Amino acid sequence: MPTRVPRIAPSEITSPEVYFSRRTLLAGALAAGVSTLAGPAEAAEGPPADAARLSYTANPRYSVSEPPNKYEDITTYNNFYEFGTYKEDPSRNARSFHARPWSVRVEGEAEVRGNFTLEDILKGQSLEERIYRFRCVEAWSLVVPWVGFPLASLLARFKPTSRAKYVEFTTLYDPNRMPGQRVAVLEWPYVEGLRIDEAMHPLTLMVVGLYGVVLPNQDGAPLRLIVPWKYGFKGIKSIVKIRFTESQPRTTWALATPNEYGFYANVNPAVDHPRWSQATERRIGAPFLAQRRPTLPFNGYADQVASLYQGMDLRRYF
Amino acid sequence: MNATERYRYVYKPLVFIAGLTPLVWLTCGAFGWFGASLGADPVKELEHECGKTALNFLLLTLAVTPVRNILGLPQLLRLRRMLGLFAFFYVAVHFTVYLVLDLELNWSTLGADIAKRPYITIGFTALLLLIPLAATSTNRMMRRLGRRWTSLHRLVYVIAILGVWHFYWQVKRDVREPLLSAGMLAVLLLYRVVRAQAARSAARAAASAGAHLPSTPP
Repeated sequence: MPTRVPRIAPSEITSPEVYFSRRTLLAGALAAGVSTLAGPAEAAEGPPADAARLSYTANPRYSVSEPPNKYEDITTYNNFYEFGTYKEDPSRNARSFHARPWSVRVEGEAEVRGNFTLEDILKGQSLEERIYRFRCVEAWSLVVPWVGFPLASLLARFKPTSRAKYVEFTTLYDPNRMPGQRVAVLEWPYVEGLRIDEAMHPLTLMVVGLYGVVLPNQDGAPLRLIVPWKYGFKGIKSIVKIRFTESQPRTTWALATPNEYGFYANVNPAVDHPRWSQATERRIGAPFLAQRRPTLPFNGYADQVASLYQGMDLRRYF
Repeated sequence: MNATERYRYVYKPLVFIAGLTPLVWLTCGAFGWFGASLGADPVKELEHECGKTALNFLLLTLAVTPVRNILGLPQLLRLRRMLGLFAFFYVAVHFTVYLVLDLELNWSTLGADIAKRPYITIGFTALLLLIPLAATSTNRMMRRLGRRWTSLHRLVYVIAILGVWHFYWQVKRDVREPLLSAGMLAVLLLYRVVRAQAARSAARAAASAGAHLPSTPP
């Protein structure tokens, strides 16, 4: 598969000075706690002081310069139907969820298969922070400082065979721990998938944290996918299974309403959802009357990923 | 205090205060007063809550007649106009939030939405149909229109159906809430259908009782 070297427009890149000064500022605010000098504004942006911090390096090469959303917004405005269908449900209903111990089953067209603990999965991966745009199919967006590692570096360890054309991911199914699964709003467990070249693309991230701390339950702990050029529902949460397949996985939303949600789900302002426009989006947390902005093709990552879909009719493969 | 005075000085002011409560609460949330919050997306929250409140007032308005008949409280009718006007008020706020805060006064998007998005088309139709009802809600207009007033205000059935449909159609997946509204509306409409049918068959019975009388040539 021809994959162009990722290229990010210079305007998108945060200069290291600005980037690190922001980090320092944040770290300072955190260290100071809610000190009067730091000011409540800065302190409120980040995670709570008692959150478990990760060690990682920032990757400005893959980060956008737009200001990230507040930690509170990212952790109280969630579509995670396993914990309820209202945006604020997951933050309430996932409080008692324990994401440890955790294991991931690897199946299908790969030489290395079997059960792997979360520690196995993370072994040898160096964590990096990437500030990505996040565009929901419901036409709102966030900017999130994720912490994770490229999915490619995990998948390579399983040595996919030449028959592995797709990768399928499955969320935990446990209605006792995920109360939303007691209601049949979707077919459980949640399944998502990528074409193998999409999965191996350097932008595709396996996420274990955000804002420098361990991923909160409501955001998909302990392991979730982020594919920044696709609608948010492709970013499957709380993954327990990875399967390499020859045929296209049957993904949950595409099964539920095939005319509204496709397998590819690339962010595309030119292809509307049957019931609403995708031409623009509202940025959560932006000031009133300055929230709506145009949606960018491939969510602004076209330079890096458009070549994956050369010759494909994106209206048909939405 | 007689019943008329009780309605005028006690029940109506109470309904008025109750009707304003959602607005006061949403305003507190929008400004963060008294610890109220509209969450991470205040615009959507305002938009949805105003829409749902409008629909609830519409259902309450339609519940007046059945409750009044079943409980034998003819005076309840005195509250109906206020309930209906609150429905109109919250629909107007709902639309204003959508136009100003959600679309940010982008008129071309508004036009495209109304033309191309069926759930917005029917919601906007319901809003337009409510305007003549609100405008003719005064005593003077009632007197002036006479029997035509009743016919005109039957539009409320169409408006309620469009409103519930609009709610159902914009939900992504979890349709339990709009289905609950649809169920309540179905009960309220069914009550009227059954009553009308009972009235018709009573009229038929009366007519056939009349048939025993010496028949008149057609």
